Amino acid sequence: MSQGVLQAKLWYAQRISAMVLGICVSIHLVIIFYAIRGGLTAEEILGRTQGNIAFAIFYEIFVLACFVHAPIGLVNILEETFSNKFLSQSLSWLLAALILVLGSTAVLGVYTGGNI
Amino acid sequence: MSNLELKVKVWRGAQEGEFVEYLVPRNPNQTVLDVVTYIQRKLDPTLSYRFACRVGMCGSCAMTVNGVARWTCRTHVSQIVEGDALEIAPLNNLPVIKDLTTDMREFFNKWKGAVGFFKGDKTRHDDFARVEPESTERQLANAGIECIGCAVCYASCEVVESRPNYLGPAALNRAWTLTNDVRDVQQLDRLRAVAGDEGCHACHTQGSCTEFCPKKLEPTAGIAGLKKLVARAAVRGSKWGKL
Repeated sequence: MSQGVLQAKLWYAQRISAMVLGICVSIHLVIIFYAIRGGLTAEEILGRTQGNIAFAIFYEIFVLACFVHAPIGLVNILEETFSNKFLSQSLSWLLAALILVLGSTAVLGVYTGGNI
Repeated sequence: MSNLELKVKVWRGAQEGEFVEYLVPRNPNQTVLDVVTYIQRKLDPTLSYRFACRVGMCGSCAMTVNGVARWTCRTHVSQIVEGDALEIAPLNNLPVIKDLTTDMREFFNKWKGAVGFFKGDKTRHDDFARVEPESTERQLANAGIECIGCAVCYASCEVVESRPNYLGPAALNRAWTLTNDVRDVQQLDRLRAVAGDEGCHACHTQGSCTEFCPKKLEPTAGIAGLKKLVARAAVRGSKWGKL
């Protein structure tokens, strides 16, 4: 794949993931407002999320959208700041891996309540 | 004296140099180009600067005035003077040859790099191509066609500053105009040229080019058009084929 085609596809991916993130962030904010009405305890959060597959799917989509969106933006910022492709791409891949692993672990954690 | 004289700091030197202050008589309806011309003719004939038409058509007299890139022949001193002070420097993002004169080769080479030139397939023996004035393509081409190549957008662009290989707003605006020219036959080559790190997708949509363009063109809109066109051609293909 040529550099131009790759950039064009990454641009598309970032735009689409931004749209998904827009929806996810809105829903997430509404959930926060709803969730803190009766105080904020781990017990209450787990009571809502544990075993709830809809919650798990929603937040995994959120994580995947971040996984696509953030590293593409970061690689551009790093390249323009440091003019070093290898460094920029390495750090962005690292961020991508962290978002995917930590995010998915968190989703799994609230879904199972830590009882795997 | 402050109403009668301007304190004008002018860049002297090349890449390395310093600002030198000159006192220039204040006149009604005086343009920044008038000020520079006065300095060269009356105070220091060694001052180098570039101009030709003096009426905003040729695009050769752009400079950085009080920190902002402007066409000096159509910029009145009264519009931008701060107290009685003016600071005149060469355009940013271009190598300085001497004083206020920049080397424009890179700027125009990038137009070529963006396939910013027309190529048709008709000869003098063919009939005229008919382009409906109201057609979408013609309207889109019209929006960007009045570029005078002054490089104000290029000098104001933050992306050019951080990515020296970036084609820049003027070249991409020209490419966008030509993608809307139904007679042109090098559309896929052009899309390939403007794709990638150094092309349209590097634009941050910050809009400095549009804000400072003296002809009130909108390179940002043209670049956004190119982004969509190139991305679609890369993923689904275009009317000219797939990238």
